[in-house]
Parts: sequence; C-alpha cells; structure tokens
Amino acid sequence: MFDVLSVFDDSRFDEFRRMQRELDETFNAPFARSIRSVATGTYPPVNVGSTPDELDVYVFAAGVDPKSLDISVQQNVLSISGERKPIQEDGAKYYRHERFDGAFRRVVTLPDDADPEQVDATYRDGVLRISVKRRESARPRQIEVK
Amino acid sequence: MTEKKDVSKQEKKSETAKAGESRKAAETERAIRPPVDIFEDESGITVQADMPGVSKDRLQIQIEGDNLSFIGNVDIPVPEAMDALYADIRSTAYRRSFSLSRELDAEHCEAQLHNGVLTLRIPKREEHKPRKIEVQAS
Repeated sequence: MFDVLSVFDDSRFDEFRRMQRELDETFNAPFARSIRSVATGTYPPVNVGSTPDELDVYVFAAGVDPKSLDISVQQNVLSISGERKPIQEDGAKYYRHERFDGAFRRVVTLPDDADPEQVDATYRDGVLRISVKRRESARPRQIEVK
Repeated sequence: MTEKKDVSKQEKKSETAKAGESRKAAETERAIRPPVDIFEDESGITVQADMPGVSKDRLQIQIEGDNLSFIGNVDIPVPEAMDALYADIRSTAYRRSFSLSRELDAEHCEAQLHNGVLTLRIPKREEHKPRKIEVQAS
C-alpha cells in the first residue's frame, strides 16, 4: 500500500536529510530570538547601530505622518508605534496591494548604559532616526599614567 | 556578521556619491524589491512603492520601450564608527520593474516622491479610455 514511499528510502535522500539537519542546526539553533522579536518582513523594517557615544535606531517607515508617530522609552525598552493610513481611491481597481496599512508597533531593547533622558528623533525621506545617548560613565575613557 | 558587511557597503556608497554611478551600484548590489500598490482607474494606472531613505536626487525612473523600472539608493548619513547590531534592511538599493501595456502613455508618466513613497501615475492614451457602447434597438 505504501510502496510508493519506499522511493524515498534512498541514500541520496538520506544525504539531503543530513544536509537539511546541518543547515537547521547552523542557522536556527544558535540564535534564540528575542522574546519581543517580530516575523521577518514586518512593517516597518528596523536597523540598529551602535557607536561609543550613542545607539541609533533607524525605522524605515515610509509614508507615515511624523506627527502620528509615538515614541516612548520605558525602563530599557524603546517602542515606536504609529499608523499608516490606506489611500483608498474611489473607483480604483487594485492589482497589487503589497504595501502595509494600519497600525504598527516595533520595540527595541536598549543596552543598560542607554540614557532614556537623552533621546532625539528625526524623520526624513521616510526614515525615522532615533538616537539614544549612552551615559557618560559608560563611555570608554583613556586613563593617563601619571 | 552580515550587518557589518552592510555598513561597509554604505561607506563605499558614500564615496561614490555621483548620480551616474548610483545606478551602477543598484545593479551590482543585491537590491531590495520595494513593496508596491498598483491600481487602475478610468484615466490611468497608479503605482506606489515604499522606498524609505531615498531622496529625490537618488531616484531614477526609466522607461525603455514598454519596460518601466525604478531604482533608488538609500542616502542616510551614518556615523563612521558605527557597528550594526540588528538589520532588517541589508541593502542600500531598491529596484523593481514592470512591463507596460500598449494603451498606457508612458511619455506622460508623472512621478512624486513624498516621505519615501514613490507615486507614479501613468495615464492611458485618449483613444483607449473606456467608452460606453450603446446598444441600438432595432
């Protein structure tokens, strides 16, 4: 009855399974994702960069009214939320609707030395840049030998 | 690891800031396929694409024959000593193309870029706008 399945009992498929297992182990296992992480492709995409002085968060939120953005820091969690309004034209027939619309929210966990009092945000060409300064005491210092 | 590579790509891009070369960069680099909305009404077709980080002078719209393509390069000032910790966006270029159909008047295509959203409006040729056909009673 299940004769057809025996087709897969082939050393080549064993080899594939082994490769698959190795790939899974290499790419999935070491990266336990953050509890607040989101699925790939979630709007808006976010990049986070770090310099000795500050932490920069780039939110690629095209087509959002900057006034509608809500940025807040609570404890060490930075959250960005807003809404992108759909453009609905009367009598228009859609072929593709790939762009996100509706409410969104992204959260970034800040490092311990981030100073929630010194946060700066600018919006240009659809990119929101949030700079969070690091605390003075945490920055690397040169110590001179006397 | 890949994040670091991207930052170095961005640096490379700022060195070659000439507009002509930005097109080449978009072709060689693995470009992001920007999400689009496409809708049609009686007078034409509208294409909207999310290209955050692209400014007006780094956007190119090309119409060659019946092929429409738009290419944009991200232009974000990044501090030199920056390490990337996390990156959803791993390229500095956007690129997408569509083929147009004959009734569209590509010569009169209009483009707007606002807050990182590109809006292209391609009108239909006069003779192709829909007509109501009256049924004659015999």
